[in-house]
Formats: sequence, structure tokens, C-alpha cells
Amino acid sequence: MRIVAENLTFTYNKKSKFSVDALKDVTLTVEEGSFFGIIGHTGSGKSTFIQHLNGLIPVEKGKLTVGDINLADKPKTVKKRYKELRSKVGMVFQYPEYQLFAETVFEDVAFGYKNFYPESSEEELKNAVFSALSLLGLGGDTVNKSPMDLSGGQKRRVAIAGVLVTRPEILVLDEPVAGLDPVGKNELLKLLHNLHDSGKVKTVIIVSHDMDEVCENCTDVAVFAEGRVVFKGKPKDVFANGEEMKNLRLGVPVTGYLSEELEKNGVKINTDFTRDDFVNKVVDFYKNNR
Amino acid sequence: MQAVEFTNVSFGYGDGETSSSREVLKDFNLTIEKGEFIALLGRNGSGKSTCAKLINGLLTPSEGEVKVFGMSTKDKSNLFEIRKRAGMVFQNPDNQQIASIVEDDIAFGPENIGLPREQIKERIEYALKVTDTEKFRDAQVSRLSGGQKQRVAIAGAIAINPDILILDESTSMLDPKGRKEVMEVVRTLNKEKGMTVIDITHYMDEAVEADRVCVMGDGVIMATGTPKQIFANGEVLAKCGLELPVSAKIAQKLRENGLPIPDGILSKEELSKILCELLRKI
Repeated sequence: MRIVAENLTFTYNKKSKFSVDALKDVTLTVEEGSFFGIIGHTGSGKSTFIQHLNGLIPVEKGKLTVGDINLADKPKTVKKRYKELRSKVGMVFQYPEYQLFAETVFEDVAFGYKNFYPESSEEELKNAVFSALSLLGLGGDTVNKSPMDLSGGQKRRVAIAGVLVTRPEILVLDEPVAGLDPVGKNELLKLLHNLHDSGKVKTVIIVSHDMDEVCENCTDVAVFAEGRVVFKGKPKDVFANGEEMKNLRLGVPVTGYLSEELEKNGVKINTDFTRDDFVNKVVDFYKNNR
Repeated sequence: MQAVEFTNVSFGYGDGETSSSREVLKDFNLTIEKGEFIALLGRNGSGKSTCAKLINGLLTPSEGEVKVFGMSTKDKSNLFEIRKRAGMVFQNPDNQQIASIVEDDIAFGPENIGLPREQIKERIEYALKVTDTEKFRDAQVSRLSGGQKQRVAIAGAIAINPDILILDESTSMLDPKGRKEVMEVVRTLNKEKGMTVIDITHYMDEAVEADRVCVMGDGVIMATGTPKQIFANGEVLAKCGLELPVSAKIAQKLRENGLPIPDGILSKEELSKILCELLRKI
């Protein structure tokens, strides 16, 4: 499923003195199969944009299609497809572990599935829950534990399993690693890559504030500022706009900073800004010119 | 005088019998001097937030004692004074926002400690200015983004002008520049006003800025030292689930590939200086 937004515009609290233009003419395509990074300063419209993707915020102005679902259609027509849309586009909010509520991990993950497929058999439910948990590296005795007894990283994975249980094609995660310790962060990113690489989830969209994380993990990037998309493309092209990225309060990955400083000193390193590539290019330069 | 003193503190959640109860701190000792800037690191669930809540008396130890400027948190009559002097910013800003309008929310703390009206106004203006929240002073708190709410929460804590500022992953939703700005404000308050800062964080590059890093694990302090000492200690890093800051990782990879890069590089500025010197010469 491809996501296409054209001139998508949205205002919170329209007609009140508190009105805020959250999105202005956003035109953006997220191709199926991408590992897409959305970055932007706080309040730039990132979260508003992703909430459009599964109909949590109805399209007010502009166009938006997800696969063959036209979200800008008449409200009555769109509403009929919300259920289908929401099972295909899984949404993981900031700090999703705050939403865990059931007595056991199993029950918590099962909740989403039962909501979407109330007619399903006990067998189908079990299969769906266990496979979602195993996709996130959770199994064994975790299943019958209370979610409250788990570590921060595990809780978050349970919350994500609760979304994956309906087998969405697109998984949208709003700052998925915020608040996790480095080990939990690396584990989760690895799991997301496994899901993506194995095709279990076709498209992954992450919202992030960490330029290094986006650069290392994403195939494509869109940069939001004041409700608009100001840059989109491959990380190596987006992060080549060092000065502009700084003005947007975002900056560049550490490799971008180092490349800029080197260039000021007459050393041109032509890197895609991933850490491995940067190291290789610097090492080549050193060895070839010594 | 010590700003904070934990003496043989034990603390657990639950009654010790049900499956969900667990002991978090065990015979825990930590002394923080007035004016120190401490980064408190450790895995999720290692007890960092519990420490923070023990400092301002939201929790009291089951054994041992926590003193803030010499006042024990066990004595309830000290709590008002302790909370006035130890301001806390929680991880999730939704947990500490009270009023519906930003300005009123920031005013809550100063009003609560009974400051005169004129001073409250000054405090609000100052807090709005340093946290860059002036432009949404009249906005509804519930309508702000996660990062904006976090700034308001920090403004609320700064407005009571505490002697100790505890940041419990308070910058986790901010953009990089916002995080840097907030940390600069905190740094200035620390340097110029001698405010003691306890920064609980998972950002290794934030920890690099601290005077001292304390690493928690298994309910105790596993290691404490300058950022350079801590990040040079591979054993502690691995055991406590920490990682090197990005610049240090790049430096390490370059070193492994035969480049003469010295040990102990933690910031991108240090690495850039060394790389420029090294590559410019050739």
C-alpha cells in the first residue's frame, strides 16, 4: 500500500482563538517497502500527519489515499472503510506502554485482535497473539505475566505486539525508542528491521528526533517544519543541507557535522552519512593520501 | 553542605509477597554536593526514577534515610520545604500539568509557595523566556505537542527557582536543538546560580556534559566518575546496558581501522578537531 498526500491541510480548533495551523499543503508519497523517517522540530506537524494515516484525524482539506482507500472521500463513504484501514495501518503512539491495561500480556495483545475480529475462534486468536509476540522477541513465560512486571523495553514491545496482532501492512511508530535505554533501543530497532526485511510489515514509518538514528535506519526521509514538508528524499540528500537543517532546529547526524568540518579544512569526504560509510571513506582517504 | 544524601536506603514496590512486588534499591548510598551537575544513568527499571521520587519525598525509604540539605524526608514537616527546594520534572509532562492555559500552569508552583504577585509575574516571564515558551503562553496545555508540553513542565519547575533541579528524562520528546537549548539553560542555572542538577537520561551525549556520572544497576551505584572515566570503562558500560556516545563510537571504528585516534574522545567537537588535523596534513 502506497500513501499519497496532496496539499493536505489541517487546522486545530478552527474558528476559535486557539486555532493552530498544523499542516499546510503537505504533499508527500510514502512508497510501499520503504523504511520511512519523519523528522521535524516539536510542533512541526509530524504527529498530526501520521494521525491522518489511519483516519484518527479526518481529512479537512486536500487529498490523501492509503492503498486504494481515498480518505478525502465523503465522510460517510470513508467511515465504512475505517475498520479495514485501521487493521492495515498499525499506529503505535508515543510511550505506548502507558496504554497497557490488561492483567496479562496475552490479554493485552488479544484485545486489539478481538476488536477487529470478534467472530474469530479461540484457536485463531491464540495463533495471532503468539505470532505477534514472537515477532517482537517475546515468548515463553512472558505471555502470562502482568505487563506491569516487565522492563521498559519489554513493555513497549508488548504494546507494539498489540498493534501488530492484526497484521498491518504499514506500521507507524511515533518516537518508538524515546525513553528506552541504549540496549532496549538497539533491540527494538533491530526487531523493526527484521519485520521490515522479512516482509511481515511492508512499510515502516517512524517519527524521530534523532538524526543519527534516522540516518542509520531509514531508506527515505521527510522533514517537517511549521506544518510543511521542507525536504524529502534519501537521507544522504536530505542531510547534505547542513545549514538549512540547522536553521530548522534539527541539525545533521554526527557524520554530517564531521564531513562539514573536514570540508572547511579542504578535505572532501563523499559519504552517504551512515557511520560505516563515513568510516570507510575516511580510512580510504587517509590510506590513499598518506 | 550536601544537597542530597542517601544513607543505606532500601526501597521496594509492593508488599514483598505478590508477584508484582520488587525491591528496587538495596542499601543504596549516594551523596550529591551542592552545585554539582550529576547525570544518573542505568537501564530501564534500574531505580533512577525511584531515586528522584525519594529525593523530594514522593516516596520514603523502607530502610535508611534520605536527606535534602540536611532535612530528612521521613519527617513530614520537612516535606513542604524540601519540595520548595527540590524541583522535579517528570518523564511524561502529562503527569504534572494542572492548569488549562500555559501561563497559569507555570504560575501554579510560585503561587503554591506563596510568593507575592509581582514576583510571581517575574518568575513566569523568566521561565517563559528561558524555555522559549513565550509564543504559546496563552495556549491550551492540552493542545500542545509532546515536546512543547515538556518545555512547559520545565518552565514550571524553573519558576519555583529550586536549589535542586531533578530532570527525569525531561528532554526525551524535544528536537535536538530544543534539547540543547534546555540543557544550556540548565547549565547556566547550575553555573551562575549554583543550582544542583540531577539529570536522569538515556542520552549518552547529554551525560558527557555532566560534572559527574553515576551509573545505577541492581539497586546500587555500580560506578561513579567523570564522563571520561565512565565511558572508558567498557566493563561497566556492558554490564549496565550503556553505550558510547555516537562520536566515541565513530572514533573507536576509525581506530580499529588503523587511524591514529587517541582514546577518550566523547564529543563531536573533539573528534572533528583531531580528524581535521590528521587529514589536513596529508
